[in-house]
Amino acid sequence: MKKLSKSTRSNFITYGIVVAAFIVMQILSSGGKLSSSLSGQLIPICVYISLAISLNLTVGILGELSLGHAGFMSVGAFTGVVVSMSLQSSIASDPIRLLLAMIVGAVIAAIAGIIVGVPVLRLRGDYLAIVTLAFGEIIKNILNNLYVGVDGSGLHFSVTDTAALGMDGGMVLINGPMGASGVNKIATFTAGFILILVTLFVVLNLINSRTGRAIMAIRDNRIAAESVGLNITKYKLLAFVISAALAGAAGALYATNYSTIMPKKFDFNTSILILVFVVLGGMGNIRGGMIAAAILTVLPEVLRAMNDYRMLIYAIVLILVMLFTNNEKAVQIRKNITGKIVGVFRKKQPEGGAEE
Amino acid sequence: MSNNNPKMVPVPSHSIIPERDVDKTPVLEAQHLGIDFGGLTAVDDFNMVIGRTEIAGLIGPNGAGKTTVFNLLTKVYQPTRGAILLEGKETTGMTTAQVNAAGIARTFQNIRLFNNLTVEENVKVGLHNQNKYSTFSGILRLPSFWREERKSHERALELLSIFDMEDLANHKAGSLPYGAQRRLEIVRALATNPCLLLLDEPAAGMNPSETAELMDNIRKIRDTFNIAIMLIEHDMNLVMGICEGIAVLNYGRIIAKGTPAEIQANPQVIEAYLGKKKEG
Repeated sequence: MKKLSKSTRSNFITYGIVVAAFIVMQILSSGGKLSSSLSGQLIPICVYISLAISLNLTVGILGELSLGHAGFMSVGAFTGVVVSMSLQSSIASDPIRLLLAMIVGAVIAAIAGIIVGVPVLRLRGDYLAIVTLAFGEIIKNILNNLYVGVDGSGLHFSVTDTAALGMDGGMVLINGPMGASGVNKIATFTAGFILILVTLFVVLNLINSRTGRAIMAIRDNRIAAESVGLNITKYKLLAFVISAALAGAAGALYATNYSTIMPKKFDFNTSILILVFVVLGGMGNIRGGMIAAAILTVLPEVLRAMNDYRMLIYAIVLILVMLFTNNEKAVQIRKNITGKIVGVFRKKQPEGGAEE
Repeated sequence: MSNNNPKMVPVPSHSIIPERDVDKTPVLEAQHLGIDFGGLTAVDDFNMVIGRTEIAGLIGPNGAGKTTVFNLLTKVYQPTRGAILLEGKETTGMTTAQVNAAGIARTFQNIRLFNNLTVEENVKVGLHNQNKYSTFSGILRLPSFWREERKSHERALELLSIFDMEDLANHKAGSLPYGAQRRLEIVRALATNPCLLLLDEPAAGMNPSETAELMDNIRKIRDTFNIAIMLIEHDMNLVMGICEGIAVLNYGRIIAKGTPAEIQANPQVIEAYLGKKKEG
């Protein structure tokens, strides 16, 4: 029971940070204290935090390197756009349309996850990384050649051009490499906040359950996991598909935040960016990944003023964070500092407090 | 040793099992088991019968193929020849996980724990297949989750108490001292509710007093769980002290089978293995 309460406490701290950050941001933005560039970043930050959590499930918890998270994100994004735009006339309520867009985006991304995962998760080592990398590029190229339109008789698909859609009036939803334009911006910060909470809820509860233990056991020692009767492929696929579905939901939210969304946005660089969040926050460390995602999304915007040195500072920050999270001496210094602060709060128990 | 000297009786396939197990289906029957790796025959014509509550030993010089036999029994390797009957049922075509579900649990020569999980979680992974709730109810924390988690928590502590390890329940498995890691592997294997427990060098790296304690514990496990145990071991005090039937493997073939007394007196065994030990 003690163990259970310990992990539960850590989870509540994570939820608490999210809720507190949301409240602070709401107060700041209602008081007009946020710069326009930062308030424009709120929804992308939510999306990236959510992506960092879901990728952590594959990379940190399952221990498989996935380089195609942006691919699942884009599947969710374009599915979400199609859903939200085609339902525009039938469902007036924006939140319900957004919810539907995210759910359908998650389902389609999960299906994509199954299609990629079934053959690939039987492999070991770097093969998953290679195939997910290819998957991201393939999805991008498919979307570059995909034309979707809607009219009175329903959805039309084509891989040639808009004329081939054969539509009777209606509207073109996805226009090949031009992507989707004229999207209704129905995404809200509150929806992003709820997305983070749901993603956290799913991932944290999964980790602290029978299934999560099985997934982590497979990561730690595959042979031993097999010897105690675990179905390796099943649990690998489960983690991978849940991760893909959550990325799909985040992608749908991301897409409905912009009026134009293009396939090239979801390229290799985006996948790597999400992976950087996870690695920087510490693999398997959900909270760390979230914080890294928030900081690294805000940082380029904050540094926009010193445009010439922006990427330089970004790189230096990356290096410093890596040093401070992984270098033994730096970790010791950090622990000493936090220990001292805790010691002060504990009515000056210098030695005992610092040890904690 | 005197209280541990059951009468061994022959069974049809040129093996012996303890007299008390004669009326029951043997827990394991290996028939003409063999495996080739390319041109190398690692194990050939391996025949063995293990009684329902027997403690059996498998000994032999280094590289004789003992661990390969374990890997064949647990289907880490698929046998090239022969059959394995587990409680009278063939295990052909099963995977390692399915063989475990059918009743074989094992430990490893080089310890394989889930190092980043706690001791209790390691045991709970062993309890995984008895823990009946779906991923869905785990995520939504439905009542079945709480009920089953409480049950597996209690069961895990109960199993850990065999080795007095309840206090270590919240430690990371990777941080345990060597001996405790070996014991935890046994507990994890027991958690899968096996009818046959395979121990691969359980006493490796243990001092004589730890080994003596281990011997008591192996007997205790057999008596409380009423299961058969087969072990590979180089420590002859342990093997001769607790094993009822012993098979000696050399160059992948069984060169002798019998009770500890018979094995100790067997000239072939002495030549292949124990002879060296006596000189030392």
